Amino acid sequence: MITFDHVSVTFADAPAPVLRDVNLTIPEGELCLVIGRTGSGKTTLLRAINGLVPHFSGGTLSGRVLVDGRDTRDHRPRDLADVVGFVGQDPLSGFVTDVVEDELAYGMESLGLPSEVMRKRVEETLDLLGLAELRHRPLTDLSGGQQQRVAIGSVLTTHPRILVLDEPTSALDPLAAEEVLATLQRLVHDLGLTVVLAEHRLERVVQYADRVVLVPGGARPVRDGSPEEVLVDSPIAPPVVELGRVAGWQPLPLSVRDARRKAGALRAQLADLTEPPHTAEPVAGSTAGPVAVTEHLVAGYGQTPVLQGISTTISAGEIVALMGRNGAGKSTLLKTLVGMKRPSSGRVHVDGQVPAELKPRDLLRHVGLVPQVPADLLYESTVGRECTQADKDAGVESGTTRALFERLSPCVDPAQHPRDLSEGQRLTLALAIVLAAEPPLVLLDEPTRGLDYTAKHRLVEILRDLAAAGHGIVLATHDVELVAEVATRVLVIADGELVADGSTPDVVVSSPAFAPQVAKILAPQRWLTPTDVALALADAETVSR
Amino acid sequence: MRPQHLVTFPRNLHPGAWWLWALGLAAAASRTQNPVPLLLILVVTGFVVAARRSNAPWAKSYGAFLKLALIVIAIRIVFQAVLSSGSQGPTVLFTLPEIPVPSDTGIKLGGIISLEAVLRAFYEGLQLATILCCIGAANSLGSARRLLRYVPGALYEIGVACVIALTFAPQLVTDAGRVRAAHRLRGQTSRGLGSLKRLAMPVLEGALDRSIELAAAMDSRGYGRTTDAGRVSRRVTGLLVFGGLLGVCVGVYGLLAGTSAGWVGLPMLLGGCLLAAVGMFFGGRRTGRTKYRPDPWALPEWLVTGTGLAAAVTMFVAVERTPADLFLASVTQVPPVPLLACAGILIAIAPAFLAPPLPRSDRPQTAQPQQLEVAA
Repeated sequence: MITFDHVSVTFADAPAPVLRDVNLTIPEGELCLVIGRTGSGKTTLLRAINGLVPHFSGGTLSGRVLVDGRDTRDHRPRDLADVVGFVGQDPLSGFVTDVVEDELAYGMESLGLPSEVMRKRVEETLDLLGLAELRHRPLTDLSGGQQQRVAIGSVLTTHPRILVLDEPTSALDPLAAEEVLATLQRLVHDLGLTVVLAEHRLERVVQYADRVVLVPGGARPVRDGSPEEVLVDSPIAPPVVELGRVAGWQPLPLSVRDARRKAGALRAQLADLTEPPHTAEPVAGSTAGPVAVTEHLVAGYGQTPVLQGISTTISAGEIVALMGRNGAGKSTLLKTLVGMKRPSSGRVHVDGQVPAELKPRDLLRHVGLVPQVPADLLYESTVGRECTQADKDAGVESGTTRALFERLSPCVDPAQHPRDLSEGQRLTLALAIVLAAEPPLVLLDEPTRGLDYTAKHRLVEILRDLAAAGHGIVLATHDVELVAEVATRVLVIADGELVADGSTPDVVVSSPAFAPQVAKILAPQRWLTPTDVALALADAETVSR
Repeated sequence: MRPQHLVTFPRNLHPGAWWLWALGLAAAASRTQNPVPLLLILVVTGFVVAARRSNAPWAKSYGAFLKLALIVIAIRIVFQAVLSSGSQGPTVLFTLPEIPVPSDTGIKLGGIISLEAVLRAFYEGLQLATILCCIGAANSLGSARRLLRYVPGALYEIGVACVIALTFAPQLVTDAGRVRAAHRLRGQTSRGLGSLKRLAMPVLEGALDRSIELAAAMDSRGYGRTTDAGRVSRRVTGLLVFGGLLGVCVGVYGLLAGTSAGWVGLPMLLGGCLLAAVGMFFGGRRTGRTKYRPDPWALPEWLVTGTGLAAAVTMFVAVERTPADLFLASVTQVPPVPLLACAGILIAIAPAFLAPPLPRSDRPQTAQPQQLEVAA
């Protein structure tokens, strides 16, 4: 269905090709998962399938890409619209109209299909994707999962044979991601569509994949094969696979179910060992009180309270994970803690101060927030200038931010434009800027959005160091695996109220939505990460010797 | 008879009909400064909006336009009554402390405020406010964006650009708010020229990124695939259409101003229409696009358009017959009631009953508490 024949892609002004000599065949009816680090060329590979590379992006493509027998050299993306449906990263930015039904029809209108055909296909697509209820709704009113399904529907109406998706679930909460993946699963099984998707959150998709394509980046050769083959030694792997590697299971399990069936022996082996506690260690030499206190906090927009009486305390050295559905009030709580939102009743104290009453100049010494889009914090034209400006803002010795950034993300050219950094580097730059003023409370809103496993590991280390240095950290996140790795306490917010507050194992192990894969495999034992298991096993071995 | 022709069959009226109806009323408003017919037009638009608006977000825009209209009136009064020396009359209301300004400039600061000046400013402001409210009514009954779907094929690209601009403008405002909030986190106050630069960079970069994304999405969904035309034919149709539209504009101006030479009015309008129609016919032939579920243009559309047109025509006739009733010689007299003009305007209230009722799902739900804007 899709053939890459000795394909290399070089963008203008780039010293080296992004993809070099890719040979790849994706047969009809497969769900093919493309994995790789950020910046490795995943997106370029996906965009080459429908001709956006090179027709839209520029650059040079050598070799040949054949899609359903059509050569992308002489077919522009628009000429492939009836063969390949392409869904970009952010569904909202690809919408042309403003109502669900019109959006579904847009592609067909461009192709000039007769109106009876359009009418019929729109109805079919509405049913296929479960969008019939939403047909007259404005696109901006939909939830993330619904928007993503509309985006998929809007390319399906032209009846393509191939669906290409770039990180369809990275911005979604676990349940919305399930919704989208179930839809894709159905398209592959019921319609025999060929689906190619790139995704960082492997734990969500790898069990559905028939084939995995690993794009290692740095123009190293692209590998492809069955998921079990590729993941054996891939540098990026979901926790279930890592646990499989630790336990030495062959072939590697891809889903919780597979692993659970193999895990009997491992559970017996682990039964006598003690799980690590996942609680905060007391900060050495600190006698200070809590870094943040909220009491019966109510805040909201207009007449709707989003937070309905939240009372909690955050101490120095804690890493608190804030979890809950989209719209449950996570971001609002962070905004209230940082003074961007005034509570309508109740009390917020951060580092002994009321954040909404602080002048911006003083605020950053008490609390710092890395927003969901870290680029919002950045406005200078180079990384170096950004750091100098941050020193000035914080009133600290010049060079402080640079040094922090070097430590968090080494080897970045300071003359680079912040927009050219990778997601992970941009996040660390924003974090360095926030940390320059040494606020006792550091807040992060969805920090792992768009981060690959390597960048995530780096973030985990950074957060642990910060906690050890006595910062209190709150992160709002959907990423259960990150929470399992790093959090010392978990708060679950639902409908503006605190429904759970406790140590990480206590809250997540028994929860169907928030349990990490390892906990699901090894329940009722309270293991959270493959690393914990590996360390415990290694310890037991040394003791027995 | 097709059900679309029934005025009782629930459906959305063609947005074009609403706009023509509202433009008819606006044209009527533009020919009078008598507050009686002007206020009547306001009442008529408000009544029809209340009767036939949907629960879509843009349906609330009538209120916004009404507020804008009040601001227009206030500004007009302040500027004309307080700052202009030319328009004062003999009935002095009160005297403000005056700052002397050379008399030949026509400007004053403070001084006497006369009833005549205030009333004249009020009447003139009311005229503008009424026209604004007509546009607001059109926008809330048939959204501008839905109207853009019916842009003729020859102007399709311009229509798409307008739709995208309509989407991006609110997005820019949200982005700016987010970025400003983020700057507070860096310890910066959002004041001064420097903050504008800091704000502009991320917002514009974000907008640029989004437009590129959108262009890629449109390209991969087949935008422009069926448009095939040589450069010459494209130029010729473009020239015809724009020449025609220019003619229409001049013609409409001539007709509404009512003061220019005879050839500027109706003949120019008709000539422009003809030219534009020819251009659009040839331009429309070159696109192979089709339209999904176009709103039908049936009897209710004709009726609604007709009532708007009737209001305009009666007003024009009334101005011909009794100009003194519609442009008051002395603002202090009690405004007369121009019967003919008022009757015409009252015809235009009929769409509240003649336009088909909305389908149940589109009706505003009054029983439930008002739906609040979801926090961004």
